[in-house]
Amino acid sequence: MTISLCDLPAHQLVRKLRDGECTAAEILQSTLDRIQAVEGSPPTTHAAGKESHDAGDIHAYITLTTERARLQAKRIDQALAQGEDPGPLAGIPLAVKDIFCVEGTPSTAGSKILANFVAPYSATPVQRLEAAGAVTLGKVNLDEFTFGSSNESSAFQPSPGNPWDSARVPGGSSGGSAAAVAAGEAVISLGTDTAGSIRQPAAFCGVVGLKPTYGRVSRYGLIAFASSLDCPGPVTRDVRDAATMMNVIAGKDAHDATAVRSPVPNHLEGLEDGVKGLRIGISPDYFRLKYPDPESGDLQEQPIAADIDERVRGAAEILAKMGAEIVEDVTLPNTRYGIPVYFVVSRVEAASNLHRYDGVKYGYRYPEPVADLRELYRRSRGKGFGPQPKLRILMGMYVSAEQYEKGYYQKALRVRTLIRGDFDRIFDPQDDYALDGLLTATTPTTAFPLGAVYGDSVLMQYADLLTVPANLAGVPGLSIPAGFDTQGLPIGIQFLGADFSEAKLLRIGRAYEMATADESWRKLRPDMLQNV
Amino acid sequence: MIAVEVIVTRESRDYGLDEISEDVFRHLVELAAFHLEDDEAAYLRRELNGQLKAIRELDAIEVGADVPITSHGVPFAAAMRLPLRQDRIEPSTAADDILEQAPDVEERSIIVPDIPHEEIT
Repeated sequence: MTISLCDLPAHQLVRKLRDGECTAAEILQSTLDRIQAVEGSPPTTHAAGKESHDAGDIHAYITLTTERARLQAKRIDQALAQGEDPGPLAGIPLAVKDIFCVEGTPSTAGSKILANFVAPYSATPVQRLEAAGAVTLGKVNLDEFTFGSSNESSAFQPSPGNPWDSARVPGGSSGGSAAAVAAGEAVISLGTDTAGSIRQPAAFCGVVGLKPTYGRVSRYGLIAFASSLDCPGPVTRDVRDAATMMNVIAGKDAHDATAVRSPVPNHLEGLEDGVKGLRIGISPDYFRLKYPDPESGDLQEQPIAADIDERVRGAAEILAKMGAEIVEDVTLPNTRYGIPVYFVVSRVEAASNLHRYDGVKYGYRYPEPVADLRELYRRSRGKGFGPQPKLRILMGMYVSAEQYEKGYYQKALRVRTLIRGDFDRIFDPQDDYALDGLLTATTPTTAFPLGAVYGDSVLMQYADLLTVPANLAGVPGLSIPAGFDTQGLPIGIQFLGADFSEAKLLRIGRAYEMATADESWRKLRPDMLQNV
Repeated sequence: MIAVEVIVTRESRDYGLDEISEDVFRHLVELAAFHLEDDEAAYLRRELNGQLKAIRELDAIEVGADVPITSHGVPFAAAMRLPLRQDRIEPSTAADDILEQAPDVEERSIIVPDIPHEEIT
């Protein structure tokens, strides 16, 4: 396989660009050529699903913004020619999850109800990435309104395939982001993580994904799902690129009152300082959990997949050899309540956020004659939303209804306090554990086949079993590749940390990357890229 | 296979739970302003009851009123927050762009069908 410019991490490309070894236009062209080779037919709201002729294709992009990208690349090359600093992400092809507004582009949320919506402004993290020199290639597919863990619920079909096996899902909801970065169709991507939507697809596709602390990155311009859980964050080839993206996107924003003004550290500083003296925990509560049996659907206590278990424990050994202190048997007893709490909290917030789509001010309007405004709402929302938004709205309304609210919503918010308390305790420097990070698997299984889970909304939700506690608690989580299972599918491991400890998590992740840099699995590339 | 507009590939299960009865479901659908076909309604109700079964896992834990609620995970101390902006009118140049998004516009007004009402005599 020939390594093209589009296969390199951003930090190598920026160096080449600054050294005059290539131009931004060449990096862009290399990425466009890759898209041409592997993308296949563009997803649309008219297609029924994946046809046989789509097998082997990625279908990551809902919208390509090629002309915008060419102009941006040209400006970068001009700036360099004039001796100006074009920014830390100069010339880096960026895929934006289509849940972010990007001025002048269709911003669809993967939904028919927003399929014709053109954003009048850009989201803050997108603005910051473009100001740092990133070249916006387009908007990538996702589960409808981010509601899913496989990307199959998008109204834009065919949904993306996993570059490592296109008959399997890339994960979700940032499935287009992870698939595009893994296949060389973008070098970096901006995703969002509400229950694991950056980390789970990153794990499934063998790339790096970081969910920042809630409030670290502005949500301005992000089409809202669950406002107390949504976190924009990076999807990249390696840890260094995730650190660079964090330096660019993190920080206060006058347009988002929940974006904190705490100073943003330089996430690249000390990145390669290693893990000597750091305390890294592993918890039995992340190895054996209650989740539905795929056949019967019954909730039962089961271990995570054996290959994944092995990789997590192997990572602990590697980090121990590098000088980390591994703390075993860390207890987080409320981990098992993560999904039930999320089922309640996220639905209530989603229902609140999704009442605004009415077919009147923007988006899809039912085109046939209707009797009155009420029927217009019902028909527009009935046709415009797919089953996943409908499920979330209905459940959110049910569990927050006056007669049920105390038993469901309030209880879930109280259990959320206990989940947060688990993390407060293990990361408290005064506590016995006093951890710098918690090492877990990112997912209980590797990527599952397309069609194997979608439709069973309970089983699908449990794909986020190991990632959702961090969202409920607000703490940061980093997923990095850690090898492959016996079927050749990527395995991800996750590091969780205290609020605003992204730099430390990246340092731990980078240490693992350095220690495993020469392992044979690091050389593997998806089969589909062998002939491009 | 469920005949809803967006493909659903896995047959949904019967969870043996009917907490959300047909009547409750119809009420929710009316409040949510959805027009649903019968097969889609049946699928959604079955899934909602399945999700409630998962939510019932919370029954296993006693949580007293002394445990405060957490509306978002990270404590949001005043020192971390930006002061609220002044409530100031600022000119916007995007009004036409925004109006262009509306499905039906006439002379810069958004057109809607009749609003349900009763004549007062």
